[in-house]
Amino acid sequence: MAENNVAAPVKRSLGGRLLIAVPYFWLFLFFLAPFLIVVKISLSQTAIAIPPYVPTFDLSEGWQAFSESFAEFSFENYVWLTEDALYWKSYLSSVSIAAVSTFLTLLIGYPIAYGMARSPQSWRPTLLMLVILPFWTSFLIRVYAWIGILKNEGLLNQLLLSLGLISEPLVILNTNAAVYVGIVYSYLPFLVLPLYASLERLDGTLLEAAEDLGCPAWKAFWKITVPLSLPGIIAGCFLVFIPAVGEFVIPDLLGGSNTLMIGKTLWVEFFNNRDWPVSSAVAVILLLILVIPIVLFQNQQQKMSEKDG
Amino acid sequence: MAKKSMGPVRREFSPWESPDHPPFIEFRNVSKMFGDFTAVNNLSLKIYEKEFFALLGGSGCGKTTLMRMLAGFETPTSGQIFLDGQDLAGIPPYRRPSNMMFQSYALFPHMNVEKNIAFGLKQDNMPAQEIEARVAEMLRLTKLEQFAKRKPHQLSGGQRQRVALARSLAKRPKVLLLDEPLGALDRKLREETQFELMALQEDLKMTFLIVTHDQEEAMTVADRIAVMDKGELVQVATPAEIYEAPNSKYVADFIGDINLIEARVAEKAGSLTKLVSVVDGFAIECDQETEANVGDTVWFAIRPEKVRIAHGEAEPGAVNRIGGIVWDIAYLGDVSIIHAKVGEDDHDTIRATFANISRMVENPINWDDKVVLTFDRDAGVILTR
Repeated sequence: MAENNVAAPVKRSLGGRLLIAVPYFWLFLFFLAPFLIVVKISLSQTAIAIPPYVPTFDLSEGWQAFSESFAEFSFENYVWLTEDALYWKSYLSSVSIAAVSTFLTLLIGYPIAYGMARSPQSWRPTLLMLVILPFWTSFLIRVYAWIGILKNEGLLNQLLLSLGLISEPLVILNTNAAVYVGIVYSYLPFLVLPLYASLERLDGTLLEAAEDLGCPAWKAFWKITVPLSLPGIIAGCFLVFIPAVGEFVIPDLLGGSNTLMIGKTLWVEFFNNRDWPVSSAVAVILLLILVIPIVLFQNQQQKMSEKDG
Repeated sequence: MAKKSMGPVRREFSPWESPDHPPFIEFRNVSKMFGDFTAVNNLSLKIYEKEFFALLGGSGCGKTTLMRMLAGFETPTSGQIFLDGQDLAGIPPYRRPSNMMFQSYALFPHMNVEKNIAFGLKQDNMPAQEIEARVAEMLRLTKLEQFAKRKPHQLSGGQRQRVALARSLAKRPKVLLLDEPLGALDRKLREETQFELMALQEDLKMTFLIVTHDQEEAMTVADRIAVMDKGELVQVATPAEIYEAPNSKYVADFIGDINLIEARVAEKAGSLTKLVSVVDGFAIECDQETEANVGDTVWFAIRPEKVRIAHGEAEPGAVNRIGGIVWDIAYLGDVSIIHAKVGEDDHDTIRATFANISRMVENPINWDDKVVLTFDRDAGVILTR
């Protein structure tokens, strides 16, 4: 009886630890391990071999050779990234294109999410469905479709010409503008969904209270609705900004030859130059560029909420 | 003999008794439809300055709609609403001189207590110094000084209620609207807060309009109560009048506990009316004139505490004297409610309350005891609707 009493909590805590271990194991297996492999390749050198880099850590040549191969690691790929202007220009251009598109997505997505959250309860599942609907078609096909819309003799130009709004076709395809259109279109649901979730939770009586206290509706929107939907805005913007920075398909299909984006640079490095170490270094730096600001931001948020708490 | 009065008189305040006293708030033939549903039906009501007025009724009776029309959140389908002589039609909520305390409190979760209270003042572009002074005053009034920097989620239910009150009072509105303000509090806190509200209203000399479904709350705080049913006013009167002289079965039944006895008018002699119970045939004498004719069926309503109950052969000469057998007893501590069977049917009972004034009783009334119920001629009322 007494033994049982002692044994039970130990067992439970073991089960609890196992439960926590599962997601950690998952993260290790599918995030940390691949990342470590990429870091390792980024420290290697190119070689005409399969795989196209050395050292390869082959245990078949004995423990001695394995530990010696550590000595072959160098940071020269990272040094190279700083020497060629292409790379930092690509990073900068990616971040700025992603930032502008995120802002445009927010401008379009906020009214959509707001409208959905304020629509009659019975409409909401349908509206939600409509937002998710594009996902049912291949992303690639949808981006291709934009070529048909945006090209010089495309649907958009034909429409504008026939309406007499323009006299000669607008050049949109193969410019940064087309990339913005593509990113905004593709990532809109990622911003609308979290924003909708936080706007739907917003208590309508808060707006009535604001109005009752002398605050007209448009002002109450800025003073009550926007601050209370901030978590949704932040989550949505991250969900758009992060994948947009590394986006490859959209700038490749819709952007011009002078549209620099790090995803494209990485592709060229990896597939055309077959330079796995340099492309790995590009990927590692990209990750750091994205992760460091987010970690800093979250720390800041943590401090803010602790100050409140 | 001293002049009889219906219940205690709280203060010398009864503007509704003088017909030319100008009303402060007036609903004039106001109706509100939601689709096919009539929430408020051609309702007219006058509320006076510095009055504590309660709208009382069950859910869906239209009381909240009436208040929301005054606040400007709903537009009347027809009719007019006046506040301090001004027709409120077309005036948006943010320009109305009334403030509302919401049932859910509706505190802004991203602002601390101070900022919540200051919100309305900032909208009026009041100078910062004045805002600060007013907020400090409100915090003091609601005893929230040490919580000024806290956010709503860090407060207890009672504290949140006080923040909501402070916020709605901060702008010194012409009328404060309270929508079920104490519904979320536990009983003890609710009772305390009711008295605080009354004191506050007298100190600030403001007009308060409260919406509630809790009759005890309405009776405690209000100068006058309007009992509503199906979008119409059933009775508008002081708490004592509503309780002692309900004008209809609905009001009698809604407020407190009451015995309703179906009876036929047997004789009308000036201010004395003699009735005979329809089911059990016992006679009732009542000191009340009635518009019903002899032979008409009416309802005789009498509160349980006005029925005396005693063993067997007591009070042989009393006017209203009905014999019965104890069917059930609910012992509540302070009083016992005794259900005495007066007819054949088990449910044909009259309830009488019995005050438990001693801890020990020599010969208590028990189940199945033979008892006698007596009451005075002016103890009950005759209701014709």
